[in-house]
Amino acid sequence: MKNNILIIGGGPAGLEAASGLQRLGYNVILIERSSMLGGHLASWDRLFPDGVSARGTLKGLLAQMDGVKCFTDTEVRSINRLEKSYNVILSNGITVLADAVLVASGFDLFKAEKKEEYGYGIYDHVVTNADLEAWFNAGPDSDTRIDKPKRIGFVHCVGSRDEKSGCRSCSKVCCATAVKQACEMKQAFPDAQVYCFYMDLRMFGRHYEDLYLSAQKDYSVRFIRGRVAEVSENVDGSLLVKAEDTVAGKPLKVTLDLLVLMAGMRPSAAGKRVGKLLEMPMEEDGFFAVRDGILAGQRSGLPGVFLAGAATGPKTLPETVAEARAAVVEIDRYLSDIFPNVKNYKTLVRERW
Amino acid sequence: MVDFGFGLVPSSRINLDLFDREKFEALAALEPDVRKCMACGSCAAVCTAGKFVRTSVRDAIEELFNAHPDKALDLLKSCQLCGKCTMVCPRGINTRHLILSIAKIYGTK
Amino acid sequence: MIYEGKQKIWSDYQKDIPDDHYFYVRSCIRQSFFPASEAAFLKITRQELGKDIFETEHHTTCGGIAYHSDTIPQETAMTIIARQFALMAKYGYENYVCSCITSFGLYCETMETWREFPELEAKVRENLWKTCKLEFAKPKVLVHASDLIYKYRNLIAAQAKHKLVNVHTGRPLRAVEHIGCHYSKMFPSKGVGGAEYPYVLVGMIEAWGGEIIDYPERRHCCGFGFRQYLVKGNRGYSLSNTHKKFESMEPYQPDLIITNCPGCPYFLDRWQYVIAESTGKTYGENGHGIPVLTYEEVAGLVLGYDPWDLGLQTHQVGPEPLLDKMGIEYDPARKFLGKDGKDIGRPESCMYLK
Repeated sequence: MKNNILIIGGGPAGLEAASGLQRLGYNVILIERSSMLGGHLASWDRLFPDGVSARGTLKGLLAQMDGVKCFTDTEVRSINRLEKSYNVILSNGITVLADAVLVASGFDLFKAEKKEEYGYGIYDHVVTNADLEAWFNAGPDSDTRIDKPKRIGFVHCVGSRDEKSGCRSCSKVCCATAVKQACEMKQAFPDAQVYCFYMDLRMFGRHYEDLYLSAQKDYSVRFIRGRVAEVSENVDGSLLVKAEDTVAGKPLKVTLDLLVLMAGMRPSAAGKRVGKLLEMPMEEDGFFAVRDGILAGQRSGLPGVFLAGAATGPKTLPETVAEARAAVVEIDRYLSDIFPNVKNYKTLVRERW
Repeated sequence: MVDFGFGLVPSSRINLDLFDREKFEALAALEPDVRKCMACGSCAAVCTAGKFVRTSVRDAIEELFNAHPDKALDLLKSCQLCGKCTMVCPRGINTRHLILSIAKIYGTK
Repeated sequence: MIYEGKQKIWSDYQKDIPDDHYFYVRSCIRQSFFPASEAAFLKITRQELGKDIFETEHHTTCGGIAYHSDTIPQETAMTIIARQFALMAKYGYENYVCSCITSFGLYCETMETWREFPELEAKVRENLWKTCKLEFAKPKVLVHASDLIYKYRNLIAAQAKHKLVNVHTGRPLRAVEHIGCHYSKMFPSKGVGGAEYPYVLVGMIEAWGGEIIDYPERRHCCGFGFRQYLVKGNRGYSLSNTHKKFESMEPYQPDLIITNCPGCPYFLDRWQYVIAESTGKTYGENGHGIPVLTYEEVAGLVLGYDPWDLGLQTHQVGPEPLLDKMGIEYDPARKFLGKDGKDIGRPESCMYLK
C-alpha cells in the first residue's frame, strides 16, 4: 500500500512536485481549479531574463507527469484531519485519504481597475502586464487597445508597495517583467519611444542587470525614476500621463499612446478559501505562513501540510521550481518518519540492499 | 491690457513631448554609451569643478532627456576635462568624450 | 472612454441620502457671489418638491475660512461646529445639509477626528458648555446640498420645462463638471462617486439631458485655496491653476461649466475676465467666455425660473449664449433691474470679454 499525496493546484509548483513525488513511488493526486494545467505560465509568451518560451517550459513540466492522477475543474469541498491523515472530499465527488497535502495554490494578479487614477477599464489605451503577454501570444490585431503605439509607457508597482491598495510589500518579479516587456515592445514597434516609470528598479536575479543594460543600450528605453500619479485622456484618445521625475526633482507630463500597468502578485482567492478550510496560518497580507523562513520554507504550521510556490509570496519561476523539488524532499522525509511500514520506493530500495 | 498686479505663473513642469529625439540620436551615434547612464551620481560626486560650481554629467544627461539642452550645457561649462568622472563611472562610460560630444551636438559654437 | 468602467467605480461609492427632514446651514460667501442660489435651493426643495428643509437665523459660519487661513486653531473651529450641531438637535433634526463644500469637508473632518480621538470630542463638549451652555448631538447623516439635488434630480427632470439640449441643433449641451476639492478628495467614501470620478454633478447633467466632458485636468483644483488668493502676492498661483483647467478643456468646446462649491464658480467665472483682459484670450465662441453656473442655477433654469431672478446677471461671463442655446426666454432690458424694478447699476464693459 502506497502513501497518498494530494496536491492542490496545477501550476508550475504543483506540476513539478507531482512528477517528483510520483517518481519516488508515491500515489499522487493533483487537482486544478481551472480547465487547464499550467497556472499563469500557460498564458505567458516569453520568460525573463533570457527570453525562453513559456510554452516550451510548460511542456517540460508536463512531460514527466506519467502516472499522476490529474483532475481539472476540481476543487476541495471539505477537509478533515484524522489521526495521521486528511480526509478530503473533492467537488467531483471523489474522496481522498491524503497522508500529506501540498498547497500550491499560487497567486492572483492585482485587479488594476482598483487603482482608479490609472483608468484601467475606463480609458481606451491602458492595459496590464497580463494583457500584454496575452497580446504577444495572440497576435498584433487581437487587442484594440494596442493600436500601433508610437509612445509606450510602463508603470511599475501597480498595487504593490502601496498602502492604499492594501499591499505594503514588493511583488518581486514585476520590475524584471517590465524591462523584458519594454524590450519586446521595442522589438514589435522599432520606431516607438518606450518609457519605464519606476520607484526602485529591482533587478536582483542572475542576468537581470544585463537585461536592464540591454534595454537601455540596445533598445533606448528611457527609465524615469518617479511614480505615475495620474492618467487622463486627451480629445484624440491619447493618454496624458503625469509623474514626478525625482532625479530632476520636478513634475513631468508626457503624452503616450499606450500605458502598461505592472499589476502585482496577490494571494490567490481560491487558495485562501482552501486555507480557511484547513485553518492554515496566514500572514497579514494573505499569503500562507511557513514554519521557518530559512530552514523550513516548505512546511506550513500544520502537520502533513506543505507549501510550495507563489502561495507563500511572490516568486520567480526558478525559485518556484526549486521550492517544488524541496517540497518533494520534505514530504518524502515526513512520510518515511510517520509511516515507517508503508512500502514505497525508498523502503523497497532499502529492502533490496 | 490691464495690469491686475498679479499674473500667470510660468509652469516648471517638464514636458517630455518636447524631447528632441533626432538630436539625441545624433549624440548617441557619436557616443553610444550615453544610453547606459543609470543616474548613480558617482561622476558628480568626485567632480573637481563641482566643489565650486554646480557641474554634473549625470544631471546634464537628465536635462538633455528632459528637453532642456541649455541647462545641460550650463552644467558642463566649468568642466576641466580632468577625467575623474571617467575614472569612477561604474558602467564604464567615457564621460570626457561624452562631454565633448554634448558640446559638439548641442553647443552653438 | 469606456463608460461601463466608470459605472463600476460609481457603484462602489454610493451614499445613503435620506429623503426628507433636513437642517440647512448657509454659506458665508455664496450669498454675495451668487445671491439667488441658496434661495433657489430652498424654493425648489420646499415649494416644488414639498420637502422639509429647516433653517434658523441663529446659525453661524462653520469657521472654515478662518481655519483654512490659519487664523483660528482646529479646536475653535470644532467648537463652532459643535454649536451648529447643538442648534440642529435643539430643533429636533438628525439630518444635516450644508450649502458650502468647504463646510462639508470641515464637518467630515471634524466627525472623523472625533471618531478617532474621543478625548477631543469630550473637550469640545466641555468648551461648548462653558461658552454657551449648550449640549450637542452628532448628526446621523451629513450631506451636502448638491447631494440632495442629486437625489431629487429625476423629480426635477420630471417637472423640467427646459432640458440641457441645444434647441437649434438638437444635440445635448456639452457640460464641464467641476467638483469642489473638499467634497471627496479628503474622504472619498463620503462623496457620491468617490474622488477620481465623482458622480454627483454627472448624475444631474445626465438626468437633465446634457453630455459630460471628461478632460485631462478635470480633477485639478481651481486654485481658490484661501491662503493662495487672500495674499495678493500669491494670487498668481490661483490664476495659473484656473488657467491650466481652461487650457485643458478648450479643445472640447464646452457650452457650460457646472460646479457645486462657493469658491470654484467664483474663480472659474472671474478669472476668465482677468485672463481675457490681461492676455486677450477667451475660451467661449466669438470672444465670449464659458458660462459658469452653480447647480442650483442650472436646476432653476431647467425648471423654468427667470434667469434674472436666479441672479445670473451678477456673473462676469454673460450667460446669454447658454440661455439662447437652451431656448430660454429672457428679457435683456430687465437684466440690471433688481427687486421691484430698481436699477442696480451696470458694470463697465470689458475690452476683450463680451
